[in-house]
Parts: sequence; C-alpha cells; structure tokens
Amino acid sequence: MSKTIKLNKGLNINLQGVPVENLANSGTSITYAIKPTDFPGLIPKIVIKPGFEVKAGSVLFIDKYNPEIKFTSPVSGRVKEIERGERRRVLRIIIEAESEIRYDDFGKKDINSLNSNDIKKTLLDSGTWTFIRKRPYAVVANPEEEPKSIFISGFDNAPLAPNYDFIIKENTKEFQAGIDVISKLTEGKVNLNISDKTGSVYSNITEVEKNTFIGKHPSSTIGTQINHIDPLNKGEVIWYINPQDVIIIGRLFTEGKYDARKIVALTGSEVNKPMYYNTIIGASINSITENNVKEGNNRYISGNVLTGTKVNKNGYIGFYDSQLTIIPEGDYYEFFGWIAPRFKKFSMSKLYFSWLMPNKKYALDTNINGGERAFVVSEQYEKVVPMDIYPVELLKACLAEDIDKMEQLGIYEVAEDDFALCDFVCTSKIETQDIIRKGINLMIKELS
Amino acid sequence: MKALRKLLDNIKPHVEKGGKFHYLYSGFDAVETLFFVPNTVAKKGAHIRDAIDLKRTMFIVVIALVPALLFGMWNIGQQHFLSIGETETFMGTFFFGLLKMLPLIIVSYGVGLGIEIIFAQHRGHEVNEGFFVSGMLIPLIVPIDTPLWMVGIAVTFAVIIGKEVFGGTGMNIWNPALLARAFLFFAYPSDMSGDKVWVEGMGQLDKVADGFSGATPLAVMAAEAGDKVTTFANGIGNWSVMELVIGSYPGSIGETSIIAIGIGALILLFTGIASWKVMFSTIAGGLAMGFLFNAVAPESNVFMQMPAYYHLLIGGFAFGAVFMATDPVSASQTSKGKYIYGFLIGVIAVIIRVVNPAYPEGMMLSILLLNTFAPLIDFYVIQGNIKKRLKRVKVTA
Repeated sequence: MSKTIKLNKGLNINLQGVPVENLANSGTSITYAIKPTDFPGLIPKIVIKPGFEVKAGSVLFIDKYNPEIKFTSPVSGRVKEIERGERRRVLRIIIEAESEIRYDDFGKKDINSLNSNDIKKTLLDSGTWTFIRKRPYAVVANPEEEPKSIFISGFDNAPLAPNYDFIIKENTKEFQAGIDVISKLTEGKVNLNISDKTGSVYSNITEVEKNTFIGKHPSSTIGTQINHIDPLNKGEVIWYINPQDVIIIGRLFTEGKYDARKIVALTGSEVNKPMYYNTIIGASINSITENNVKEGNNRYISGNVLTGTKVNKNGYIGFYDSQLTIIPEGDYYEFFGWIAPRFKKFSMSKLYFSWLMPNKKYALDTNINGGERAFVVSEQYEKVVPMDIYPVELLKACLAEDIDKMEQLGIYEVAEDDFALCDFVCTSKIETQDIIRKGINLMIKELS
Repeated sequence: MKALRKLLDNIKPHVEKGGKFHYLYSGFDAVETLFFVPNTVAKKGAHIRDAIDLKRTMFIVVIALVPALLFGMWNIGQQHFLSIGETETFMGTFFFGLLKMLPLIIVSYGVGLGIEIIFAQHRGHEVNEGFFVSGMLIPLIVPIDTPLWMVGIAVTFAVIIGKEVFGGTGMNIWNPALLARAFLFFAYPSDMSGDKVWVEGMGQLDKVADGFSGATPLAVMAAEAGDKVTTFANGIGNWSVMELVIGSYPGSIGETSIIAIGIGALILLFTGIASWKVMFSTIAGGLAMGFLFNAVAPESNVFMQMPAYYHLLIGGFAFGAVFMATDPVSASQTSKGKYIYGFLIGVIAVIIRVVNPAYPEGMMLSILLLNTFAPLIDFYVIQGNIKKRLKRVKVTA
C-alpha cells in the first residue's frame, strides 16, 4: 500500500543559486579520481599501481574486510597517482583519462532471467555494488545480508538540491531497468519515495511502492523516510540507492558496461549561471566550474551545503554526489554582529527578521556565527528532526560512548545526514553530524 | 571599528597560547567576542549555520527583564517615599531607585563574571553567556536592603557550587539565580524576611508614616491565615487587585509588577526562547491547586479561601513562572516532561505557600525542587520512547 506522509517538522533554507533547468556538457576532465574517503568506515586495499592501464569497470581497490566489494574506475586510461595523507591513508586514486572511453565487458543480460545471485555477482564485479548503501550505519551494503526492503528517495529538497524530475526525465527506461534489477535483491518492497511536488517523471515506473512525502527538508533524507514507512529495528537491514545510480545500474545490465555518466547540478550564490551538466563520476571540479564561478574566496562543496564535503577547487566530485555548491567563505570578523539586525543572514528563530521574509533567498557564507558552547537551549533539534527520536539524548549517548544507550535511543535508524539541520540550527554550534558519525563508527567497531 | 580590530589583533599574540599573558586569554576572548563575531568558519558538518548564537539569545532574555527592572527601580523609590510620608516627582522616584539598584547590579555582574572568567581560563573554554541573565536575575529577586557583601557571597556560592562544580553553564542542575536567593534565604533569614526589608531604608526608620506597612501581600496573607478578616472582594490588605497587577507594593525588586513581567513574557514567547509549555503549565498548576484549596477550604483558613488567581498576582509566582522555571538548562528537556515539570512547580508553589506558613514564598523552593527532579521526569519520558522501540522489535520478531 502506498503511503502519503505529511511532516510538519523540518526547515527549508532558501539560498541563492538555484540551478536553471538547462543541461550542458561539462568541459573535458583530464583526470578523474575515486576517493576512498567517500565511503565511511572503509579500509581500502589498493590493487593497482601508478602507470597501470585501466578500462571503465576495472578494479582500483577493494574493501579489505569484504574483498568481494570492489571499487572500479569510471573511465579508461592510466593510473596517474595514488595520493596518500596522514599515516599513509589513501585519499584518492587519480586516473588520466583517454579521449575515447573503453569499457570492460560485463555482458548484456535479460534481467527477467536472472536470479539474485547472478545480479549480485555482476554488480560486485562491475563496482556498481558500491552504489547500494545500507542502514544502519550508512555504509556500503554487505552482499551477504538480507534487506527487509530497499529505499530510493526520488526527490531531494536539501538547499539548492537538483531537481530529479529534470535529471531522470531523459533516462526513464534505464531507471526502470535498474529498478527491475534491484527489486530482485529483496524479498521485501522497493520503496520509491516522491514528494507532492514531483511531476510525472516516475508515473510509468513499476515494480515499486510509491510513497509521497509532504513537508520540508529533511523529508527527502533516507533516515526520515525509513522511520515513517518501515522503521528499522535491531538486527534488520534496509538498503538504499540514489536515483541516478539506479540509472547506471540499469545501463550496466542493458548495455553490458559500467557507463558512469551522470548529471550534476552546479549551484550556489557564487556561480554565475547555476545549471546542470553532463559529466562522469569522479570528474574534476574544474571541468564543471570552468568560467562559471565568481571571483573571491569561495568554498567548493561536493554535495549540498548541509551534508556535502569540502573540496579543493582543483579537486574531484564525490562518488555519491549529484550536486556541486559554491558559496563564499566566512572568515571575517563582524563588528557587534551578534546584536546587529543582520538582514542578510537567515535564522530559523525569531531573533532575526528572516521570518518576515519567508521567500527571500540568501547568500549565506561559512561563518558559524558564534562560538561553541555546551547544550543550553532545549527542543531546538526536535523541530528539524521529524523522527520518533530524542536527538539530544542520542547525541549525549554518542558523546559518552554508551553503546547500550545509543542502541536504545535509535542509533540504527539515523545517520549523519539526518542531523544535518541540527548542525545548522544549533545555538551552541555543536557539530552534531560529526558526533553521530563517530557514534556509528564506534558501533561498527564494537559490534563487528 | 577598524582601530579597535587592530588593537585587538595587536594584543592577541600576547594572550594566546605561548604568549606572556596567556592567563588573561579567557578575559580577552570575552571582550573580543563581545565586539566582534569571530571569524570561525564551519570545518566539519553543515557548511552554513543559523545566525543565532548564545550571546543574542541571552541578550534577548536580558531585554525581556528590562521592563521588570525599570518598574522595580521606580517602585523602590515609591515605597521608600511612602514609608517616610513624603511625595516625590516621578523622575525623582525613579532616580532614587536607580541609584539604590545600580550597586546591586554591579556587584552581581562583577563577582559572577569574574568567577566565570577564572573558571573558563582554567578549563580552556570560552566564557559562557549564561551569567548575562543570572547576573541580572539575582538583583531582581532580592529585597532592596540586602547588604552588598551578602549579594557577593550569594553570587559566589551560586556560580561555584551551583554551576561550575557541574561543569559550567549547560551542565548545572539548579537555576543559579534561584540558588543564590535560596542561599540568602537560609543563611541570612533575618535580612530576607519580615516586614521591614522590602522597603529601602525602613530598617533604620524611627517612625514609619501613618498607615504604612512594609509587609508584602504574601506576608499579610500568611499572618491572617488564622483570622477571618478578608473578603478578597477588593484585593488583599490595603492593595486592590489593580495595584497587585501594576505592582506598586513592597516585595523583591523585580517580582511585583504583573504588567512588566507580562511584557517580558511576551518577548520570550514571541522569540521562542522560553518554553510556552513550561510557562503555561506552571500557571495551570498554580491555578489548579488554588481552586482545589478553594474547594476544600475550612471556614477558618483564609489563605485557602483566597481566590486562586490571586496566587499568580502576589509574591514571586509570575516572575518565577516566566523567568526562572523556563531556564532551559535546569528545566525538563523533553516536550512531555515540560508539561509535567511546569504543572508540578505551580502545584507545589501554592501548597508551600498555603500549608507551610514558615515559608511564605513557595515559588523559589518549588522551582528548585522540580529542577532537582527534572532529570528524573526526562528519564521516564525517554524510557517511554525506548520501550516503544523495544516493543517494535518484539512485534516484528
């Protein structure tokens, strides 16, 4: 039974730089990179060396503890560099791309004739398995586990998020193929969650349970959707995939190759013409931002402003991201800022005037607007976490590293992106996403 | 502004770690962040942050206290001149109160912030803004003739024992301002109660003006508990209901005027800083208990017969409900918990007032008592959430 869920909690932050629905080809990306740091909790084992020739779909590294999970190259070319950071941790593997992409052949398949094991094998071999992540923990799924259902959030209402109606529009056939593949991986349902603002793009998609979410962000995050449709209990697993990755999986089975093309939205107040670009997973930021970014001290974010990763402007787009955001840095002193009217700043509270102008679009910077304090104000997070969870108590359990308490308070049901708005609204400037991720990492370490 | 920034930038290297005057860092930081919002950018987590911070939040609370403060200043002068039987202009009355009030405020902030800065330096934290509010609350809830040294000791006790031993603002169990008041109440009872302490200079007067009494309405009620004299049709003692609402009667400095406190309450509720759940349920609790007493009151007990809504008008009930019970740190943290917490504060405050004549004012003790039990209330509320989660596992298993 499809459900319609109305959420009253949450917060939409209106920012400048909404992408217009105009799709262009990005510039040529000379190099591509896959970053093991995009996969939380992963210890990579590198199987290539600089100078190796790879094709699209060739293995670059594997999960040290689950060797069947492979991470593959999105393009063909030569491995240029394995970049390492502190304690020799691998930061990224850079590939110098050929002008024409050659693909490893995974064979065209008739999806209907395949069983779940065939599918898992193809997904694992091609590296597309890594598109499938799981809750609890928000890490790459374990092929040996049985998910009770699979979730796809067919929309995104994070600040400046791309419009999936526009992205999926041209690829509904591959999307359906991807759904057909994925639906064989579970005995349960494949939930495709849409919003009341979603157009007709998914109307012909079958083999899924469509649920409609009405309400502000974070109604598009997986944790919120799971909590309302199929709450996760201890010992259960739910898998989830991004819509664009479903398309890539669809193409893998219909065309027999790992074709990692995707559409990325370039957004943010510091972009001249925010719009959509055709690109490939792991492409360089340069190739997308070419001549389209304003001068100044800017922050480049792979993803959205709430959950994205800070990247260098010469860096590479993140593995799961469909969005690139560019906003001004906020490293300036503001004279009596805490007492000034600050018409250009946004606040959920009524301590500023932004509540008078609900439709105004803001060009917010990265200044945290204050100093870090202990928890003082209560029931602030509750306003932006539309789940049956006590956020502050859970955070305190994470800080205390009290595993029993974390489990009782629902750590399995959340991941850092569910707390992203808590980061934003917090009066005490507490890094809630960081605390939750550390808590999750602790759970993984203690329980495995 | 640029010159100031330059000056601060010049001093900064000397007080930062490794500098010669590092022991002054927390003090410097407090001054610097007072003038300038720091240039800190988001390093992890969300890349943009709400414009709200604790400084602005606490500042709004102080603004909400200003009407009560201004009225309190006027009322200090008003009661003083009434007691000596003289009349004074409005401005004269106000300035008399202002001059009497200022030393209390200066001592409260000076001692409290001094201790806060020392502890912040010792811990390597930034100075927390919590004392912005406590430092203003404390002078407002003491009798005007409280000696300054007593205020100093009470503030010291409240900040160190009430707050810093638990780890500073955000970790404290009791409301620091009320703790200071409770300390004074139990350590120096003769200076905190009676009929003379509430009016400036009355203790030293040889002869009070005819017909003037320095007793508070609560004291009048407590004294009359045994006799049957009042009908309540026209208020309490010499004060009409209107006067009780306006607040021109002896009492702690900020607690008397319902109108001034009401303006503060509106500011706090509109901005959402104070929890309407706590405020509303505290008032509901007080009224409920008042009605209950009305219903069961024997003929002889006048206090029990007092109309329930009078409880909201006299003593510290309104001030406590608006500014003390709603302290987010010492109150219940959960939504359901807040209703229970507030309701019980109202109920117990009225019980203490009516049933125990030794403590005419029940609000202070009631809030401190519920501060103590707030974590327990939250514990059971959260236990409910945990049980729900466990039940779900069993249903599916």
